[in-house]
Amino acid sequence: MVKFEILKHELVPQFEILKKEEIEALRHTYGIKKEDLPWIRRSDPVCKEIGAKPGDVLKITRKSPVAEQSVGYRYCVPG
Amino acid sequence: MSLSDIAKAMKAIKFGLLSPEDIRKMSVVNIITADTYDEDGVPIEAGLMDRRLGTIEPGQKCQTCGNRVGQCPGHFGHIEMARPVIHPGFAKTVYLMLRATCWNCGKLLLAKEEYEKYTLMMERYKRRWPQLRFKLADRITKKANKTSECPYCGQEQYKIKFEKPTTYYEEHKEGNVKLAANEIRSRLERLTDQDAALMGLDPLLARPEWMVLTVLPVPPSAARPSITLESGVRSEDDLTHKLVDIIRINERLKENIDAGAPQLIIEDLWELLQYHITTYFDNETSGIPPARHRSGRPLRTIAQRLKGKEGRFRSNLSGKRVDFSARTVISPDPIISINEVGIPFDIAKLLTIPERINKYNLEQMKILIQNGPDDHPGANYIIRPDGRRIDLRFPKDRKTIADSVEVGYEVERHLKNGDVVLFNRQPSLHRMSIMAHRVRVLPYKTFRLNLCVCPPYNADFDGDEMNLHVPQSEEARAEALVLMLVQEQILSPRYGGPIMGGIQDYISGGYMLTRKETQVTREEASQLLTSSGFDGDLPEPAITEPEELWTGKQLASLFFPKDFNYTLKSNICLKCPTCKKEECEHDAYVVIKNGQLISGVIDKKAIGAGQPESILHRLIKDYGTDMGRFYIDKAFKLFLSFIDTRGLTIGLDDEELPQQAKDKVSVVVGEAEDKTAKLISIYNQGLLERLPGRTLEETLETKIMQELEEAREKAGEIAGSNLKDGNTALLMARTGARGSLMNLAHMVACVGQQSVRGERVIRGYQGRTLPHFKQGDLGARAHGFVYSSYKDKLNPIEFFFHAMGGREGLVDTAVRTSQSGYMQRRLINALQDVRVEYDGTVRGTDGSILQFKYGDDGVDPAKSDHGKAVNIDKIIERVISAGGK
Ligand SMILES: [Mg+2]
Ligand SMILES: [Zn+2]
Ligand SMILES: [Zn+2]
Ligand SMILES: [Zn+2]
Repeated sequence: MVKFEILKHELVPQFEILKKEEIEALRHTYGIKKEDLPWIRRSDPVCKEIGAKPGDVLKITRKSPVAEQSVGYRYCVPG
Repeated sequence: MSLSDIAKAMKAIKFGLLSPEDIRKMSVVNIITADTYDEDGVPIEAGLMDRRLGTIEPGQKCQTCGNRVGQCPGHFGHIEMARPVIHPGFAKTVYLMLRATCWNCGKLLLAKEEYEKYTLMMERYKRRWPQLRFKLADRITKKANKTSECPYCGQEQYKIKFEKPTTYYEEHKEGNVKLAANEIRSRLERLTDQDAALMGLDPLLARPEWMVLTVLPVPPSAARPSITLESGVRSEDDLTHKLVDIIRINERLKENIDAGAPQLIIEDLWELLQYHITTYFDNETSGIPPARHRSGRPLRTIAQRLKGKEGRFRSNLSGKRVDFSARTVISPDPIISINEVGIPFDIAKLLTIPERINKYNLEQMKILIQNGPDDHPGANYIIRPDGRRIDLRFPKDRKTIADSVEVGYEVERHLKNGDVVLFNRQPSLHRMSIMAHRVRVLPYKTFRLNLCVCPPYNADFDGDEMNLHVPQSEEARAEALVLMLVQEQILSPRYGGPIMGGIQDYISGGYMLTRKETQVTREEASQLLTSSGFDGDLPEPAITEPEELWTGKQLASLFFPKDFNYTLKSNICLKCPTCKKEECEHDAYVVIKNGQLISGVIDKKAIGAGQPESILHRLIKDYGTDMGRFYIDKAFKLFLSFIDTRGLTIGLDDEELPQQAKDKVSVVVGEAEDKTAKLISIYNQGLLERLPGRTLEETLETKIMQELEEAREKAGEIAGSNLKDGNTALLMARTGARGSLMNLAHMVACVGQQSVRGERVIRGYQGRTLPHFKQGDLGARAHGFVYSSYKDKLNPIEFFFHAMGGREGLVDTAVRTSQSGYMQRRLINALQDVRVEYDGTVRGTDGSILQFKYGDDGVDPAKSDHGKAVNIDKIIERVISAGGK
């Protein structure tokens, strides 16, 4: 079976693993711990694809019907 | 010492299991007698009502703690089980643990390397993702279950079968072997603390073998009080009954074991004991018959006390009961403001507000005290600075009491006009179900409310009752006034438009007043404006010769602000392909320039409830909620006054069609019948073309349905265009006041196809719907098409089909409301403490982020313009019109 490139599918938003400093900046802007972000599991197809490890923070940029573009973050957890 | 001195901040709650030792330690008596009281009504020693379990009779001292009824907390007893029994609440957990461990050596069925890997993983999870540790435990348990041979003792593992609620079998080659509870318990005992921890238990608080009971706690008598009926007969609580059963069987089992009875008898008794324990915890356990009272009523045991709507949680813990509330039938009052609620004198005299006496209100308060509890602006109680309450019902001479009060006293005075109260109608589905109103004390016995607040409460006056609450503190009143006052709730976040507004006669009246031909004399204009509370001058009359006449549009314009500009298409607009705008011959294009209604009529689109982009919506957005209240209170009254002067009614002659229109309708319907017949014959000849994705039969059905629907529509059009000018039913349908053109067509032309489950009627007898038809008749008449109109009368067959369709509608509504109610409950429970923080994020109670920006754009739908933060077109329009000046 040909492997399906999920990252290129139009319904899959853009994912990006944040660098250490970016995580710190994010924690500062929202005044939170990493665990307070919404979680994503390492077994999520996107995590497997981009190689996210538990402890990483992902930035998601997606098209939004109301705000044109919206940015969200996920905290990668095992499982 | 007050409670706050001893209170400590709670950091966490941890749940665990009671160990047999714990149960014995907290027990004050070992219960061995299955009886409660002897013949003299004295509690039996070591019985279920033993005095040591706490006292429930007033005046008696508790034998354990020495306290009397109110103080004694009650004390647990215990029952020593003759044989262990499974706790039904943990049966599933016991099953999972049995499967994951070796029957021989009791080890968790994981090879050494794997065991160590998972131990490390569990350590890490506990440090970093404690919430996920149960997921990991599940994974470990599942993994261990897959092992078929013990890696430690090498024994082959048997498959274990679990039969609900509490039976376990081991599948041997020779057949299934039942596992007794004592065997299960000893297997669980062999589990090490580390193994238990890997399976998600905290072994210090919950050893696995504690899930098999050897000792049963007996709740204090206060938790299962016996009641004495008037006849002197004692009646025991359901729990006591169940405990009696348990003790009786337990003692029998003990005797039989001691006497060395045959294994079979012992096993039977053991199973019976397990049944009683299971039903003691939950009498609605699936798979076993519920234990019943002598009368046949199922017993209400522990789970039933907690579960459901009448359970401890929903009824006693979340169910709040309050003082300072009232409930009565509601009725309409178009004269009071939307911010007001009419309250009967009788209720105003019972509900009170505490008011502190100061030098400014002293004299007024003295009058209230003199009036006492029975005359309306009066008072029911005085509270002295030392906290003593003086009841004003009893003293004959209230004058001296009134003279004796001073500044600093508090008076509980009657509700009076202008007080702030909360008004509520169930079901409270959205925030507009509870709004703050100002009191208006009125005669008679019902709550009165303005008709424009019916939509948010979803109220009508066919016997609806509503509740009223009186805030008691200044803070509560201020908060209610700022956040909950009716006028602050006109714009709903649900609609992005005003949820309140004109309904029914308001809309008819607005239309009748503002249509082109309406002209009124000076006398009539004065009358109308006075009754709507207008206090300005009459404008210049539109017509001066031969007599002074004012147009309805002129009068309707008087309530707009002078700089108000707006255009919209009204409800009567026919949506012509090219709109002629101001020149529209139906007067459907509404133009307001500088506060003057230049053209168009006011109808549902302009003032209706729940209409976004209406005049009302614009007024509130541009001029604020005070303007909204003013417009609804004043202008709406004008519409009603006008409809009062002209009258609006429908009668039988409104459903009369001219003969030639009737003929046209029958031609249309006849044609449809012919076409249906033709379709059927094409189908019978096998020439019908199949539609994609449908069978031939479905294709025929769809085509017939389309044909008949089209016929009904055409009949409706004929009816609509042939009704006499000035037909009031038509007026109401077109302006959106009440009813639709379809309703009208049903009355005058043709009721049309009746459907059951979205299809033509097909159920009934073999091959036909009713015995009046031939089998296999596919015609319209045989499948629920009603040719007649309501006015013409339905024939019995049509009537029957109509009833079928109608019944389905009723059942659907009943089912839908219960289902959506349940969903509502679950959504509210899940979302109740989610909130939008000041930084625009949506967060849970623990500060976790649920949305990074509320709704992705941070826009409050109630304040938005069509869901957008700003409406650029509107701003440009306004700037241009202002610049042109
Ligand atoms: Mg009702
Ligand atoms: Zn006591
Ligand atoms: Zn073993
Ligand atoms: Zn038009």
